[in-house]
Amino acid sequence: MNIHALQQIVHQTRDARRKQTFPRLSPADRDQLIHKYHPDYRASAYRPLRFGPNEGEKTVVELATLLEGDSPIDDRIDLIPHHQTDVLVIGGGGAGCAAALHAHEAGAKVILATKLRLGDSNSVMAQGGMQVSVAPEDSPVTHFLDTLKGGHMENDHRLLKVMVEEGPSIAKWLIDLGVLFDRQADGNLHVKKGGGSSKPRLLTCSDYTGLEIMRVLKDEVINRKIQLLEFCAAVELLGDGDGTCTGAVLKDLDNQQYVVVAAKSVIVATGGIGRLHIQGFPTSNHYGATGDGLCLCYRIGAKLSHIDTFQYHPSGAVYPEQLVGALVTEGIRSEGGHLVNARGERFVNELDTRDVVSSSIIRECEEGRGIRTMSGRIGVWLDTPLLDVEHGPGTVEKHFPAMVRQFERFGIDISKEPVLIYPTLHYQNGGVKIDTNSETEVNNLFVAGEASGGLHGRNRLMGNSLLDLMVFGKRAGLTAAARAGSMKQGKLTLKHLERFRAEAKRHGDLSGVVSPMILPAYTRKVG
Amino acid sequence: MTQDDDNLIDQPEVLKPRMVTIEISGKQYTVPEGITVIKAMWYAGQEVVRGVGCLGGFCGACATYYRTKDDPKVKTCLACQTAVQDGMSFTMMPPFPARKAVYDIRALQDPKQDLFNLYPEAPLCRNCNACTEACPQKIDVREGVWKAVFGDFQSVSDMFMDCVMCGMCTPVCIADIAPNLVALYVSRAQGAHFTEKPAGLETRIKEIKEGRFDDEWNRILSMNEQELTELCAKVK
Repeated sequence: MNIHALQQIVHQTRDARRKQTFPRLSPADRDQLIHKYHPDYRASAYRPLRFGPNEGEKTVVELATLLEGDSPIDDRIDLIPHHQTDVLVIGGGGAGCAAALHAHEAGAKVILATKLRLGDSNSVMAQGGMQVSVAPEDSPVTHFLDTLKGGHMENDHRLLKVMVEEGPSIAKWLIDLGVLFDRQADGNLHVKKGGGSSKPRLLTCSDYTGLEIMRVLKDEVINRKIQLLEFCAAVELLGDGDGTCTGAVLKDLDNQQYVVVAAKSVIVATGGIGRLHIQGFPTSNHYGATGDGLCLCYRIGAKLSHIDTFQYHPSGAVYPEQLVGALVTEGIRSEGGHLVNARGERFVNELDTRDVVSSSIIRECEEGRGIRTMSGRIGVWLDTPLLDVEHGPGTVEKHFPAMVRQFERFGIDISKEPVLIYPTLHYQNGGVKIDTNSETEVNNLFVAGEASGGLHGRNRLMGNSLLDLMVFGKRAGLTAAARAGSMKQGKLTLKHLERFRAEAKRHGDLSGVVSPMILPAYTRKVG
Repeated sequence: MTQDDDNLIDQPEVLKPRMVTIEISGKQYTVPEGITVIKAMWYAGQEVVRGVGCLGGFCGACATYYRTKDDPKVKTCLACQTAVQDGMSFTMMPPFPARKAVYDIRALQDPKQDLFNLYPEAPLCRNCNACTEACPQKIDVREGVWKAVFGDFQSVSDMFMDCVMCGMCTPVCIADIAPNLVALYVSRAQGAHFTEKPAGLETRIKEIKEGRFDDEWNRILSMNEQELTELCAKVK
């Protein structure tokens, strides 16, 4: 059928749906739904790791293959450093910039290496906002409890307390650097309500929160003259052979040469794994989200945490084909947008946690109440025109300019037509295990942002990622900088790699791939 | 899966993709109509390292020049957000060596006057409007440059909230202005110097520092798993 004809049911049922309220699910119902429909519970997609720090623990096959992959580096490499620094930051997204800026501010010499350009990251796409408990009726404690509930009680309490308590001072730091958060008429910060949160707590810059923060942080990194190594992908960490990280080997993607960096501390801020397309899911992630940091840290002996759980954002675009996987911000649901099945019915409280909402969409589709596309995709409607009905004409355009623009390019007016959505691979809930200073189980190896794990438990709340990466980027940067003064540069060796390879041999060898992946293989083999 | 065909969207373009002829950097390729410019490059067998970033229309890495069939007008787009059509000819914009002024935003004494020291070319705009025409985000760039020069920093920061820093406004400027960099400076100055500091935020920072929530923390962190679960369930 013509898409406009199929959309009619959404328009016809709108008034009736507006009178309905949907309670959030009880913990028991929530667990039942998730266990049945959430991709994290698809056993066939998982396998145990055969060796390494997390031996015996399960993760998705795509990630296991990379973690058990071999390094591209062989013993013949010359480890005479091209660069020496106090702090090497790997990754140019939000966590990397925050780490570099704070380390620099504390007086350290900093090098920031990134495999794309400075700022090309998931952070730049964050539309929903950043959770900070600034409203008088809110508190860091409530923020803590909301996050814990959303994370299925599995969050690391110490990390979480640090994050919620340092949120307000991070917001102040960003404002002082010139970030333009939305304000109320009285000059206070405007807060929006996010899925899974009991109080409005999202600081926003319309639907460009990540972009605005990243424009400012990138500019600041350049203003401080922090040394940048762009298009340089980290391919192996270096250690002293005795449990301490001492640098990294990078690969310059412009000339394919290896670049050796000696560093007193290394901060890995390499982000997530969306481009592994776990279980065949499309992704909202950027081009470089290939989990490189996980492989590097795993090989040098850092333990990972919660690597069996991933976030599938409820609303990835399904139509038009060009936008498949692209994110339709949760902000639409925060402002009252309904999810509607093919029968014109709502089926979940749209502001429940992301795992619940995604599971319910998958349920609707698996039980035959989805809308299919001829490219073999399926989805449900997100009633975007409802926002204009509810809050006045022009609301969608005014509050979601980025999204309006994105669909407008393909001739779709989301203020008049509902959009078709299905869960999209969005975030790795786990990552490298860290302490409250962002340090891993390997000395002087820090991990910040999405590449780290433990803080979010089994499900990250909307708006907690931007805060996570600012807070722990800062902590990593400050701790690394504080140590630099009284430290000598350690030896550069690849002893951990010898050990890793030997261990692999005892367990039936490496997986046969070389990792990290660096970039996904999208180029078609021609001829 | 049981589902009748009533809920199937017509997409003839998907069932039988129409192949179109395009030019990438002057070389002809045949690709399926309607895929994005980036995907067309991958389809043509090209490795793309420089020129891809977020793939979501936010990072500005994939700035591209293109022309449609028989139209002499060269336009601009983001390659991850634009569909190819028959006869289209495109090439990615190479990194352009624009000069970015270096400043300590927090230490500025007179940001509106400092603009002329940092970007002395800003007031030399000759009104050709090429920057506005080049903007894939449809920002009225020329108007923004003038507003910056006249000190209307508030308007500039509003207008450029959509700016993805692709830099396509820069190579076209006959006065050698980098409008996106000017706007970035202006927006940051607006935020750091001309926007009221939120009082509620200061209060909250003080409360945390003075330990206002300490009793509550102690109560919560001494709870066992079950008590904590029950407490979380009650939070509405």
